[in-house]
Amino acid sequence: MTAHQLTCGIEIHQQLDTKKLFCSCATELVEDPGVELHRRLRPTQSELGEVDRAALAQAERRMRFRYLAPRRVTCLVEADEEPPHDADAQAIEVTLTFSALLHAKVVDEVHFMRKIVIDGSNTTGFQRTALVAVDGALEVDGRRITIQSICLEEDAARKMEAKGQEVTYKLDRLGIPLIEVATGPDMHTPEEVKEVAARLGSLLRATKKVKRGLGTVREDLNISIPGGARVEVKGVQELRMLPEYVQREVDRQRSLLLVQERLRSKMVSPVRTDAVDLTAIMKDCRSKVIASALSKGGKVLGAPLPGFEGVMKSPDGHLRLGAEMAQRARMRAGVMGIFHSDELPGYGISPEEVAAMRGAMSIEGEGAFAICADEAGKAEAALRAAVERANMALEGVPEETRDPLPDGSTAYSRPLPGASRMYPETDVKPITITERRMEEVRSRLPELPEEKVDRFVTKYGIHEQQARQIVRDGYEDLFEEVAIKYDLAAVAARTLLSTLPEIQKEGADVAKLDDAPLLKAFAALHDGRFAKEALPLVLKRMSEGRTVDEAVSDLGLQRLDGEEAEAIVAEVVRERQAFVKEKGMGAVGPLMGPVMERLRGKVDGKMASELLKKEIAKVVQGSR
Amino acid sequence: MSYSRRVADLLRAAGAEEGDNVRVSVGVIERSGVLMPHHEFSDPDVVVLKQRSGYNIGVRLTEGATLTMASKGAKRDREVKSPIIAEGKKRVAVLGTGGTIASYVDYRTGAVHPALSATDLVSAVPEMAEVCQVDAKVIFSIFSENMRVEYWQRLAEEVADRLSRGDEGVIVPHGTDTMGYTSAALSFMLDDLPGPVVLVGAQRSSDRPSSDAYTNLISAARFCVGSDAAEVFVLMHGSMSDDTFAVHRGTRVRKMHTSRRDAFQSINEGPVARMDQLGRIEALSPYRVKSSSKVRLRKGMEEKVCLVHFYPGMSPSALESFLAQHQGAVIAGTGLGHVSRELVEVVRKQAKKGLPVVMTSQCLSGRVNLNVYDTGRDLLNAGVIPGEDMLPETALVKLMWVLANTKGPEQTRSLMLTNMKGEISERREA
Repeated sequence: MTAHQLTCGIEIHQQLDTKKLFCSCATELVEDPGVELHRRLRPTQSELGEVDRAALAQAERRMRFRYLAPRRVTCLVEADEEPPHDADAQAIEVTLTFSALLHAKVVDEVHFMRKIVIDGSNTTGFQRTALVAVDGALEVDGRRITIQSICLEEDAARKMEAKGQEVTYKLDRLGIPLIEVATGPDMHTPEEVKEVAARLGSLLRATKKVKRGLGTVREDLNISIPGGARVEVKGVQELRMLPEYVQREVDRQRSLLLVQERLRSKMVSPVRTDAVDLTAIMKDCRSKVIASALSKGGKVLGAPLPGFEGVMKSPDGHLRLGAEMAQRARMRAGVMGIFHSDELPGYGISPEEVAAMRGAMSIEGEGAFAICADEAGKAEAALRAAVERANMALEGVPEETRDPLPDGSTAYSRPLPGASRMYPETDVKPITITERRMEEVRSRLPELPEEKVDRFVTKYGIHEQQARQIVRDGYEDLFEEVAIKYDLAAVAARTLLSTLPEIQKEGADVAKLDDAPLLKAFAALHDGRFAKEALPLVLKRMSEGRTVDEAVSDLGLQRLDGEEAEAIVAEVVRERQAFVKEKGMGAVGPLMGPVMERLRGKVDGKMASELLKKEIAKVVQGSR
Repeated sequence: MSYSRRVADLLRAAGAEEGDNVRVSVGVIERSGVLMPHHEFSDPDVVVLKQRSGYNIGVRLTEGATLTMASKGAKRDREVKSPIIAEGKKRVAVLGTGGTIASYVDYRTGAVHPALSATDLVSAVPEMAEVCQVDAKVIFSIFSENMRVEYWQRLAEEVADRLSRGDEGVIVPHGTDTMGYTSAALSFMLDDLPGPVVLVGAQRSSDRPSSDAYTNLISAARFCVGSDAAEVFVLMHGSMSDDTFAVHRGTRVRKMHTSRRDAFQSINEGPVARMDQLGRIEALSPYRVKSSSKVRLRKGMEEKVCLVHFYPGMSPSALESFLAQHQGAVIAGTGLGHVSRELVEVVRKQAKKGLPVVMTSQCLSGRVNLNVYDTGRDLLNAGVIPGEDMLPETALVKLMWVLANTKGPEQTRSLMLTNMKGEISERREA
């Protein structure tokens, strides 16, 4: 067996479109801030009944939570002022259906657990979660992907703001049911990761009870390469970005392995943080970062990193340990960043200053170092974090959790969490699942994505490839509505699959075009407000925030009746009479361009071509 | 529900107990995990297994299922720690009565254990040591709905004992359901208090990170040390937030919500004091102050006193036979203090036989007034004692105490009409 160059598993969290999991609140996100609560959370006692005093002091000092509880979408349950109600029957039903779609084994009795989370995102200090099914599988492009677990859990509160020691959360999202499905580590290419996620997405949507739109699905990726380590990229919201995150993580781990190799071959040993005060040397430095820190009474501290030269940022840009060090420093010490010697001189720091700093730190030759400018305590903590991260490079790739960034890269967020502390949620009754209930669930399974593809092909006459893509990309409901209501199946397929990506490439913000505006556009087209050739232009305007009416009027698309169009075509032909006379009916093709220039969006292409033929025929006949 | 015969037999045969690693096989399915306690609502054929992931799942042991022991669970003894001595700090007694105000979770089995020993209690809230020297003792461990007169008496003895020994104050962690009854009972049983007695509870049990137990306890300790008040109080959250605490008079306080943190409210007067999360105390109304007085305990209680909640159509004969079984009765009547015409006659008959009957109002807020309507005047004529603006529960406890500590109906009537421990007031602010 050949070793895979990449191993990846996915965990998908999908919000369900039901009531909340443990109360009857609506599952919507709202603007209204609502009632305000102030709380603290306390680490609970360990098995031995002790509270670690240091941890406690830390917790007391650090955590103060402000909760916003809007009406209608939150109640006393989210405020942790009332015990949870029985788990939402519909959410359970959807989870059982989804489990059956994945041929997973449903447990005989579902037990909700309390998973301790004290970052404030749950008012209770724990997330309620239950394991519903295990050992499922799905097939994607002929490969079997295993499903390890399917859980039903409550979504966390929405983080609105973090200021000093106070974090503000809104409780509207808290308690929305989430299906959490985890695959085995079975994917081996970035594209495969995307395909599996898309397939799971279409199966989730097949239940008809999942939320749609940005933020309603979140994906976690577990990525490792041979010799690397398990790294979790947590909370990806956009499916199309998945391959990018995977590929970039593979590259990052490979680069770290190269760094390790380089360091080992140089016999570099771990470095101790000996922060040296370089403020005097740097007092006139032209770097904005340093000048600003010093003007606020901060210091410039430096730490030697013997042996790390060339790996913090290699000339070809492949080795980037410095970026990792800076992320840790930012995360752990809250500084803006650090500078390291591989990028110096630069950023306003002169060669003379670099030499002087090396001198002050007793660094020989071109030896490496890092500096940080901030208030002394923070700068020192930052350097400690940076040096610690540098030392970790000797061991290879550290296991960690990383945040996805919009550009496809990721940033360090925290070490991988240890085994979670869970204990039973005794306020919620266990749910016994009988074989009979599962038989019922299996007898009422929704239409599978592939069945839907077949139906779309036969019923609406679109190509199989189109049908497949519509279902994969989550357009199936919109497509079918347009096909049935407006009899525009072919236009809908082309628009969703080609037009939208095209106008996106041209810079349109297609995220603004979700189901509601698209339906309005199709309705207007159906009503003859403009010709189908104008649809891309209309959508483009709509992506800029215009309504369909505004877009039509902006573009001057009021549809022409036959006579007006005929007059325009006649004019075009008249202007080119000589050409028409010379070419005869052969002028139809060349004249379509000028005609459409005048008529685009006002009549459709077929009509324009017919009018043109008629006018040319008149001229040809007249000249005989 | 407990286990079915089949499951119980399988467990017994394997010698498996909670916390043991077991393996079960049902048909082709095999599962292993740590055997967890059986949930009351679990199917009788289901065993609950904790998976390595931490999740519990229920596995139904159908006909032909097997269960074998994989390994015995390690029994871990809890380390016994000596109490934290806070030198130079005032001594405050903490007298546990039960409830889960201090408890810990065994993450192996998921069971929540109450902190039974004094050291458990204090080590659960180490910050207490920064405020006072804690002298903790667990007197009994019961759910507060199982509280009885004899427990009130034992508690009152312990409190008196601690205050006589010179403790600065006494904190009584208590289940919230009947905390108002206990605070009223202590109020009447204890006289000449040199320091405060603060009952404190939790609306979220202490095994949860969001529990209000810790902040309520630590606030109680700060109040004992930082305030000069010397009465029986109930201290709980003053709002849904963790930053305000209300100190209520023991005879005026009532649990007014089933689950909110600020369930406890003072009725017919405001709280005595308010506190913030830093321990700052704001006095809101006059109170008895600390002194070097010697605490006096009069713990006698007539247990045969009842509290009757009137409702339209209540059966006269049922009430009559109920009242006949008691030595005293408190009625929570409607509005200003009324019951139906038929019941007035029942009351008249019983009162004539010497049964003291006190009228209170189910409105809770406001004073009874039996002069306004015919029914009221009839009740007065029938011999009913108007309960002023006393809470029905407080009137009940007071009548128990009055009947045991006075002689004769005249004295009973007179004391029931007298404000003894802040339970009655002349005026109510608009």
